[in-house]
Amino acid sequence: MTKIRLAVPETAKAGEVIEIKTLIAHPMETGFRRDAVGKAIPRDIITDFACLYNGEEVFRAAFQPAVAANPYLTFFTTAMDSGELVFVWTDQHGNTYTDTASITVE
Amino acid sequence: MTKASTRRGFMIGAGAAIVTLRALPVQATPESMKAAINAAFGDAAIQEGKVTVTLPPISENGNSVGLTVEVDCAMTEADHVRSIHVFSEQNPLPDVARYHLNARSGRARLTTRIRLADSQAIVAVATMSDGTLWSGSAKSIVALSACVDLI
Repeated sequence: MTKIRLAVPETAKAGEVIEIKTLIAHPMETGFRRDAVGKAIPRDIITDFACLYNGEEVFRAAFQPAVAANPYLTFFTTAMDSGELVFVWTDQHGNTYTDTASITVE
Repeated sequence: MTKASTRRGFMIGAGAAIVTLRALPVQATPESMKAAINAAFGDAAIQEGKVTVTLPPISENGNSVGLTVEVDCAMTEADHVRSIHVFSEQNPLPDVARYHLNARSGRARLTTRIRLADSQAIVAVATMSDGTLWSGSAKSIVALSACVDLI
């Protein structure tokens, strides 16, 4: 189970711009490092991130190895309706890690 | 005498070997960053301004450096930021990350943590909804580089 941390306001006013903070536990192995015996450590990174608000994509990102381990990302979106925000991370092997947060818009 | 110089010769050789082993595979340069920017945007004109990149002036540890990019933009349907591309001058790869925004984003600001292989400038290029490109940059001095540590 991959550890995911989300910070999404529980309530917001309609039209309010809200800050969203995300973090996923992942080594983001660059592929440029060598182990103690000089063997190259293969790359293993998360390549894509998306945030869907009631099914609509509101933010998307693509990562390279220069993104630090345990990718942390904050961004903004506008609260429109009550509902669910779905966060999806995809690694280079195509595995996805998902978490959701609900928001009540007054 | 002969023994000593042989030992010295060995030590010099061993030192050189360690230096060779620890050398980075490749390193992006300001030129390769320009090439990466060209690959992403072609020869479209990029104007300086609107984009504010914030990095700590001195990074003790290059493995995790806080980066904030903010674009001065109203974020309306008619005028918003479509994407932000981040590039590095000195990392093994010049591409760092790409972020896609839209009118609903409300505010064109994002914060993340990146790796810096060496003291360098980080450049962010924003694509606006009208197709114009704006850039900003910030420099950080790195005390401990990312990418060179052994497990």
